[in-house]
Amino acid sequence: MAQTVFLEAINQAIQEEMRRDESVFILGEDIRRAIYGATADLLSEFGEKRVLDTPLSEEGFFGAAIGASLVGMRPVVETLTSFMWVAMDQLISQAAKMRYMFGGQATLPVVFRASMFYGAGSAAHHSDRSYPMFMNMPGIKIIVPSNPADMKGLLKTAIRDDDPTIVFEDGTLFGMRGEVPDNADLPGEELLVPFGEAKVFREGTDCTIVAIGGAVNHAIATADQLAAEGISVEVIDPRTLVPFDKQTVLESVEKTGRLVIADPAHKVCSAASEIASIVAEEGFWSLTAPIQKVASEQVHIPYTPSLEKHVYPDVPKITAAVKRTMEG
Amino acid sequence: MEIDRDTLLLMLRRMWMIRNFELKVMEVHSAGEFAGAAHPYIGEEAVAVGACAALEDTDYITGNHRSHGHPIAKGGRVDKAMAELYGRVDGYCKGKGGSMHLADYSIGILGESGILGSSVPVAVGAALAAHIRGDKFVSMAFFGDGASNQGALHESMNLASVWKLPVIFLCENNQYAVTTSYADTVAVDHVSDRASAYNMPGMLVDGQDAVAMYEATSAAVARARAGEGPTLIEGLTYRFEEHSLGLGRVARGAYRDEAEIAEWRKRDPLDILENTLISQGIATREECDAINAETVDEVEKATDFARNSPFPEPEDLFEDMWANPIPLP
Ligand SMILES: Cc1ncc(C[n+]2csc(CCOP(=O)(O)OP(=O)(O)O)c2C)c(N)n1
Ligand SMILES: [Mg+2]
Repeated sequence: MAQTVFLEAINQAIQEEMRRDESVFILGEDIRRAIYGATADLLSEFGEKRVLDTPLSEEGFFGAAIGASLVGMRPVVETLTSFMWVAMDQLISQAAKMRYMFGGQATLPVVFRASMFYGAGSAAHHSDRSYPMFMNMPGIKIIVPSNPADMKGLLKTAIRDDDPTIVFEDGTLFGMRGEVPDNADLPGEELLVPFGEAKVFREGTDCTIVAIGGAVNHAIATADQLAAEGISVEVIDPRTLVPFDKQTVLESVEKTGRLVIADPAHKVCSAASEIASIVAEEGFWSLTAPIQKVASEQVHIPYTPSLEKHVYPDVPKITAAVKRTMEG
Repeated sequence: MEIDRDTLLLMLRRMWMIRNFELKVMEVHSAGEFAGAAHPYIGEEAVAVGACAALEDTDYITGNHRSHGHPIAKGGRVDKAMAELYGRVDGYCKGKGGSMHLADYSIGILGESGILGSSVPVAVGAALAAHIRGDKFVSMAFFGDGASNQGALHESMNLASVWKLPVIFLCENNQYAVTTSYADTVAVDHVSDRASAYNMPGMLVDGQDAVAMYEATSAAVARARAGEGPTLIEGLTYRFEEHSLGLGRVARGAYRDEAEIAEWRKRDPLDILENTLISQGIATREECDAINAETVDEVEKATDFARNSPFPEPEDLFEDMWANPIPLP
């Protein structure tokens, strides 16, 4: 096992897939010089035709990636969540809808890698955590890795998957170190994490926390702190929101009777909302306390650190939510 | 074109104000006094200052991420701008916007956008209001060579042209979008060549020369106020510093060669304007230096103002979301 930084894990996944499959190519803004770090050294290995710096034209190059995928390429687009707004029409009217609308004729193995830069004074225009908006729209698979190993394994799976995928790369994790298995130690000698399989990070019996992306580490820290107080918390990371592994969550709630969901997205119609509604519909009789959502406040992301620090789920907020479920 | 002395000196003052503001920002940012991105306008001062000198307070502008120069050029306050960068309550946006989102609605600065191309249709909309109501104001959208490739730009230019709206599309062509060269991403030689596709005048202007920028913009403003429609102006310029503060550490590999940077630094817009003023007997060396020194002072005071302003209180988080507030979810 090697200790690997989150950004390096992204880089490894792309590099391995580009080596394995000539139809994989990458495009985006300033990727040749790797200003965000994930595309380092790709140009020198794969050349200009497979590593494309685009004009500042998201709608154009998102659409171009979609079109290339229709005819047999496997494009990987690098972008930021906040720049996806510019290209929403391509993502929704084309990527999400084509296959169904054309009666299954269209296959779109295209991956959009969207960085989420929140929590670092980037202000409202650069801090979007927009995965729930895409969950509402059928047709796009949605991945939110929470650690380097899952980042690598899920991105590799996304590149091989035949459906359009958005991988939401949590910027708060870019510097995170974690163990990523060496290929030689793995079955098939590569790290592939399947979609739709949640991962249980802590087992517990009193309360379940389902956490997403950057909130997973906070949930784990919460569980470890509460263990000292004698509260046993189970921590589940769904890893992919579409498809969503509801079985693992429902079974956990059946055991604990309590559910807290920690989601860095805005609270209204968040991933947390959807998970809460699934458990309310299908796991209601297991619940012994109201479900608690810990998500971002329903305001835009303020620039100033004195306000931004109050917006997102953190250990104190998640801890308080767990304790609310334990009252009465 | 005759330009009065006051206008020329005002331009020099605003250019020094931007230069000294940016130098201060670089200093305090590297000292860690605030975080977040900041994009220095050093080298490009003549573009915004020349252009805005042709506007009135009642005219509107929108801008982009490289956002300190536009408001200062339009007559904005450096103390409120600096306090905003420091994330303080006395900042232009009460600390909510930060470096990329300065705005001053009292003098027509409708706001700078971190999403590129996004604020250009907005400027067109302000011009549409003038057109509908018969008001005499104009609006101006600042955008870069990179953003000139956004669909929003092209839709805006066509729309403004068919409706003959009083808007000026002001492209700051500093020849790079982060590390990507303009030559690799724009299919025509000059952004201003695109004007013909939208049946409007396109002007290529020396963006290091504030007087040239002022003259070109004045002509476009006159055309707009006369109801004759939009103009695309390209100020050819160069950014002397890194794309954004801190970026130098992350970009791998040089994208501009040192000789090119040195060549452009020889055409410092402040030297060019001062030489014009001095050689034409409009101002003396001493007067120019005094203006520089005064702006250094003003920026120093602005920085103290920013440092002494408090941070917003937690309850401010929920302020300013709505005109008619609604209950929290
Ligand atoms: C829609 C969108 N895409 C990408 C970016 C990231 N980005 C920030 S600045 C920049 C380059 C801008 O180049 P240009 O328009 O020429 O302005 P300059 O920085 O040169 O002043 C890019 C790509 C962004 N802010 N918005
Ligand atoms: Mg540029």
